Amino acid sequence: MEKMERRQFIKLGIFSTAGVLIGSFFAFADNEKKLEVKSYNDLLNYDWGYIVDTSRCIGCGACVRACKMENNVPDNYFRTWVERYEINKDEKIRVDSPKGAIESFKENNFPASEIVKAFFVPKLCNHCYDSPCVQVCPVGASYHSPDKVVLIDKEHCVGCGYCVQACPYSCRYINQEKGTADKCTFCYHRIHKGLAPACVNACPRNARLYGNLKDPESKIRKVLNQRKYGLLKAELGTNPKCYYLELDMEIK
Amino acid sequence: MQTPDSFVFPNELHITWTVMIVLYPYITGMVAGAFIVSSFYHVFGMEKLKPIARFALVSSLSFLLFAAVPLLIHLGKPERAFNIMLTPSFSSAMSGFGFVYTFYLIIVILEVWLSYRRDLIEKYLTSKGFAKFIYKIIILGDVTNNEETRRIDKKLVIFFAAFGIPVACILHGYVGFLFGSIKANLWWSTPLMFIIFIFSAIVSGLAVLIFLYQFVHWLRKKKVNQDSLDLMSKWLWGFMIIAVILELMEVLSIAYERTERWAVLQQLINGKLQFTYVILQIGVFSIGPFLILTVTSLFKIKTKIRNFLIWCASGMLLIQVLLMRWNVVIGGQLVSKSMRGFTEYFPGIFEKEGLVVSFIIIIIPFLLLKFFDKIFPFFEKNKINS
Repeated sequence: MEKMERRQFIKLGIFSTAGVLIGSFFAFADNEKKLEVKSYNDLLNYDWGYIVDTSRCIGCGACVRACKMENNVPDNYFRTWVERYEINKDEKIRVDSPKGAIESFKENNFPASEIVKAFFVPKLCNHCYDSPCVQVCPVGASYHSPDKVVLIDKEHCVGCGYCVQACPYSCRYINQEKGTADKCTFCYHRIHKGLAPACVNACPRNARLYGNLKDPESKIRKVLNQRKYGLLKAELGTNPKCYYLELDMEIK
Repeated sequence: MQTPDSFVFPNELHITWTVMIVLYPYITGMVAGAFIVSSFYHVFGMEKLKPIARFALVSSLSFLLFAAVPLLIHLGKPERAFNIMLTPSFSSAMSGFGFVYTFYLIIVILEVWLSYRRDLIEKYLTSKGFAKFIYKIIILGDVTNNEETRRIDKKLVIFFAAFGIPVACILHGYVGFLFGSIKANLWWSTPLMFIIFIFSAIVSGLAVLIFLYQFVHWLRKKKVNQDSLDLMSKWLWGFMIIAVILELMEVLSIAYERTERWAVLQQLINGKLQFTYVILQIGVFSIGPFLILTVTSLFKIKTKIRNFLIWCASGMLLIQVLLMRWNVVIGGQLVSKSMRGFTEYFPGIFEKEGLVVSFIIIIIPFLLLKFFDKIFPFFEKNKINS
């Protein structure tokens, strides 16, 4: 009898573990439609957007490291970075992003007891619908892809730096080695294989989300329908596509 | 830099447009200004400017030939420079650059050629050997020189001079527009920018002509044409007043509006730009020449002293315009787009875009001008002596 109980117990254990595993597989599986891009017209079904949930970011910098490795970003330049905002009881604010937070954050700027509010804000190219960088590129090397991602033709860019000046978010830089402009591409090479951008993939807190804005069933659409969000420097008329949940007025 | 009180975005630690981009508007400013001065004689028949008209025109050419050099040095991919004309993207203000620059270059070359054709034919006829061959190429093998050709040449010169004025304004105003139209930049973004650039161009053009005209005559121990110099110095006085007032009114209106923009810009003016903008550009090199030129224009002083004072004022205004270009181009980039701090910049000395290269770029047009004097003599020697 005792033997049977043990056997039953093990069986139960195995089945329940398997059940949880299989269940979680379905629960956490990406329910988004798989990509089917075979022709130019297929691309027109996509409009890639991005959500940053500032209430979830913990400033670990995993996204910055992942981006650097995935895209071979040169030292001291960033396609994505994380900012830390600390507000003390005197309403003084300190913002920092040491080395783009690639090594995360070490010390607090204010003594911990004085801080009344603090949050982290990941930043990246906003892939604006009305991008000033695309507007000012004199040779047409910066362009919108058919699926609305702002990209740079590195074979054509002259490296004048006008786009770097025009970007209100400082998301662009001149790659000194290559002599051309450089910036976040939403990991275009990944999203077209159905893989998430490196930063989204690396985020342990799901503070970053990407998806197809044209698909009403997509996760990104659902979140945008349910949550309140803000845009960075909306007054400049760039119509950015990075939507910031819980956007604080201090974030610029 | 990122300090407790200051935050700049991580990509802003290095500024993108260096001292090379300071030099470009400086040089084109002198081009446009000098050309406009020469046109005053050709188009509006200001006889007093005759002694300097040709000099102004050739100066314009020698500066123009080198204006694009700092841009090429700055480009990340200079070998692709012609993409700007091969595949222009007309949504960009910069895409017209290649066309405007080339168009203006053609106008200036044609005008120089037409106004010197007669002299060049004479030189061709009197020279020998290799020089003769060179002159033959320059005059395109045509030695026809009679009343009729001279009349046509003169007409064409007037046409190109008149046509060149708006093109010169466009070339330089356009540079101002490139800066003024960047909405992301608090210090640049103003519709006044291109007007300020045009006036400062005329100031630098007049200043460089007065400076060189007196310098060359001093070097050659020749007498300057006093009427011409006096007229130019009065113009310089007038145009510098307009240029400086425009610039100050621009700052004043931002200050009076007291928006968030001013909160940031006042820190820039009182901080990073205090020395180069407030003290040097406005304090020393604007008010100084203004006072000097006021004295020389309104009071009777001994000619020798007056000429020296005018020379000093023109030299100071040349520095003032260079400082203005620096304060605009570099100053605008020092302001972080986070609106929370300022970055830093100082050009290296021996770097590709450093001070030594800058100095060479500024000096070369002057050396070229000296060489040009051999082919296109600026001053008719007999008249100056008389």
